Amino acid sequence: MSVTFLGMPADRPFPRNAARAVRDSQLRFNLRKATGTIRARRAGVVAEAPDWAELREAGKAIKEHTLRNLDRYLVQLEEAVTAAGGRVHWAAGAAEANRIVADLVKATGETEVVKVKSMATQEIGLNEALLEHGITAYETDLAELIVQLGDDRPSHILVPAIHRNRAEIREVFAEHMSGWGRPAPDDLTDDPAALAEAARLHLRERFLKTKVAISGANFAIAETGTMVVLESEGNGRMCLTLPRTLISVVGIEKVLPSWRDLEVFLQLLPRSSTGERMNPYTSMWTGAAEGQEFHLVLLDNGRTGVLADEVGRQALRCIRCSACLNVCPVYERTGGHAYGSVYPGPIGAILTPQLRGMGSELDRSLPYASSLCGACYEVCPVAIDIPSVLVDLRSRARHSWPERAGMAAAGWVFERQGRLAALQRAGGRLRRFVPRRLPGPLGRWTDTRDLPEVPRESFRDWWDRTDGGRR
Amino acid sequence: MRVALFVTCVNDTLFPDTGRAVVRLLRRLGVEADFPHAQTCCGQMHANTGYRDEAVRLAKRGVAALRGYDAVVVPSGSCAAMIREQYPRLAGPRGPFADAVARVVPRTYELTEFLVDVLGVTDVGAYFPHRVTYHPTCHSLRGLHLGDRPLTLLRAVKGLELVPLPGAEECCGFGGTFALKNADVSAAMCADKARAVLGTGAEVLCAADNSCLMHIGGMLGRQKSGVRVMHLAEILCATETAGVR
Amino acid sequence: MSSRDLILNRVRRALAGVPDVEIARAYRGPTSAPGDIRLFEQRVRDYRAVVHVVDEAGVADRVARSLAGRGARRVVVPAGFPSAWSAAEGVAAIADDPPLSAAGLDEVDGVLTTCAVAIAETGTIVLDAGPGQGRRALSLVPDYHLCVVRAARIVAGVPDAVARLDPTRPLTWISGPSATSDIELNRIEGVHGPRTLEVLIVT
Repeated sequence: MSVTFLGMPADRPFPRNAARAVRDSQLRFNLRKATGTIRARRAGVVAEAPDWAELREAGKAIKEHTLRNLDRYLVQLEEAVTAAGGRVHWAAGAAEANRIVADLVKATGETEVVKVKSMATQEIGLNEALLEHGITAYETDLAELIVQLGDDRPSHILVPAIHRNRAEIREVFAEHMSGWGRPAPDDLTDDPAALAEAARLHLRERFLKTKVAISGANFAIAETGTMVVLESEGNGRMCLTLPRTLISVVGIEKVLPSWRDLEVFLQLLPRSSTGERMNPYTSMWTGAAEGQEFHLVLLDNGRTGVLADEVGRQALRCIRCSACLNVCPVYERTGGHAYGSVYPGPIGAILTPQLRGMGSELDRSLPYASSLCGACYEVCPVAIDIPSVLVDLRSRARHSWPERAGMAAAGWVFERQGRLAALQRAGGRLRRFVPRRLPGPLGRWTDTRDLPEVPRESFRDWWDRTDGGRR
Repeated sequence: MRVALFVTCVNDTLFPDTGRAVVRLLRRLGVEADFPHAQTCCGQMHANTGYRDEAVRLAKRGVAALRGYDAVVVPSGSCAAMIREQYPRLAGPRGPFADAVARVVPRTYELTEFLVDVLGVTDVGAYFPHRVTYHPTCHSLRGLHLGDRPLTLLRAVKGLELVPLPGAEECCGFGGTFALKNADVSAAMCADKARAVLGTGAEVLCAADNSCLMHIGGMLGRQKSGVRVMHLAEILCATETAGVR
Repeated sequence: MSSRDLILNRVRRALAGVPDVEIARAYRGPTSAPGDIRLFEQRVRDYRAVVHVVDEAGVADRVARSLAGRGARRVVVPAGFPSAWSAAEGVAAIADDPPLSAAGLDEVDGVLTTCAVAIAETGTIVLDAGPGQGRRALSLVPDYHLCVVRAARIVAGVPDAVARLDPTRPLTWISGPSATSDIELNRIEGVHGPRTLEVLIVT
């Protein structure tokens, strides 16, 4: 089977990427500030919903039921979209999806498209693929714009430029806007409102004249064929409304059975992702709306492989809210680039190795990019037990021989209490000789932390000597 | 009531004071705990590092050692969570191992659960005249949902001044082999935790898990901060006459 | 084999023998009770939108004063918007007939609409392209959106709104003015959509 492409090069293992990231003090500062802000906001609006636990339970069950009947709901969605005047295309992998979209754009005779932020098109590397066909894709979401102008890579699911602070964004705008269209104003400051205004002016004309738009979707309703896109800025509405042709690339796991299910997800998603009671704009359309030409591209790209895994398939419940990223202490210190995938953070650590396989050193290292602290599971609005999936993936990863030897030795000791007791006694006798810095991989502990003092006597020997302290 | 102490391999080998404190504390409260000698390690390190087969072997050993007791007391949030959460998954739905797990799991208590829920005690008669801050540890907090139990117990300790730890709910970065496999991130998390601890002005950092304390204490020690780390059991065991240890 | 069949076959193979799950909907569902007007007002205001509460007789005057306050002279008024409400002096009410171009919409000073549903708990208004609302672009391109919300349209929560709406219509859910959280995750109002949202609640 071909390797699933996830829009990012997978070269170095996570710990090496992370080691570099934690030394970048500007990055650490930006991430701490941003994740701290969003955590507090999410906690506030979640606490405000008296039935949050019930919504979460329903969200999980609806997604689980959908996945278990996915074939039926996909066919139903196709019928509903077609009946409403849309056209449905199926793409097994990234290359096929890109080809379908490129052909659809070429058929319109256009060479420019505007894009609404979408993880699916990031995942398949659509912009790069379109460029090979002479088609330029303009990102319109503010954070995506920052990434595109800065020739950068996304580092967060919801806010791809979270690693950039306002001063850095000002520089990117001042330097690169002119290469893509209307230049930034000469007197641009790093005031966030001024930066947003610069983006508004830069993209305004493009919105008004571009004939083709490409989007993803947050939800696709099988019952009615309705597509749903949540956003904040209005760039989504611009793309979904003004162009003559709209192409939506949507992962097959985005389908929901019924219209009514939105009553759950329109509460779970905004509160979990941006920490708002409701995001500024949500667009819903069914088929060819208001005379538009509408194409839906349903994307597999490794998802059916994940679906086949009993433990791992729960990752397909993900609604891409980013709450797990925002709360993750590892993500907060490394940022998204260390994960080498468009899906960073805890959800990325379980999704990427499942979609891409664990052939590369990076992908094998991702399930270990967690202290298993459980904060991700606690905030997940569809209750994906990320720590359990991580542990399951770890049990399938290939391990290095020194580690295997160490684990085998530890297992051998623990298999008999006599062996453990003998080791403890040896340790007690040699306690004076424990070095302050350990050799080999164990040195990674003593680089920054002292070792505990080895006691003269283990607990079990004390118990035997004193009859449990009674003598 | 037959009570077993599952002391954990870390406490048994490196922190026997904690085990002794649990035994003495329970004795003071009228409970004679037994120490089943066949116990070694719950298997958490193997399970969480991806060595499932070894973890299953150790889990089988663990439940066999703890068989026949009415209650199993574990002075470690993460080892208690290992037994309660991971053993059922390792055992699967059916078979003798699953049956043994099903008997042990509902009888397994983290120390503060045993004190508060089973014995119904919140004031254990301890005396500890020091400024203390408490780190809740991830598996105690989000795995076992210990909630306010440890704090309730600490508040009842005579002479003890409890100061809140900012960002208490955030992981210290230990995570077992995570501390070695992702040493840089682990150390960065630990440095932030150590800074928060120092900011409280506490003399003692307390938790219900010695593995996290070994990690934070290791950094506090390297920094020569003067802050001591102590397992909750050792504080609860301290009295006016007996002193700390 | 077509990719469609390939994907569907893979799905079926992956799901062989996997049991279904029950969906428990224990959360707060739709109610028949009307939405709380004060709560709606407060929640819309939380998004930094401008909110007024007026009675039926006061709408026209309030609209006129709001438009005058903005300096709005050319305003799009969709078909079906009550003409008595938009007869402000010195304001040209522009109809979307024949349909205005996007560039044409960009040149007007604002738009007046009604709404299909409003949600108290989240401070959301929903437009469904019905009478008084027009096609989606009308409430998008102009920089100023004045929405008149009749109290009877206000429902309690999201489930009530979903139950009332017709999915076959193009729907736009609006919660405050255009905003972004993309810079350091701080919310800033005003990007591509209308930077000013003014809501008139008619009691």
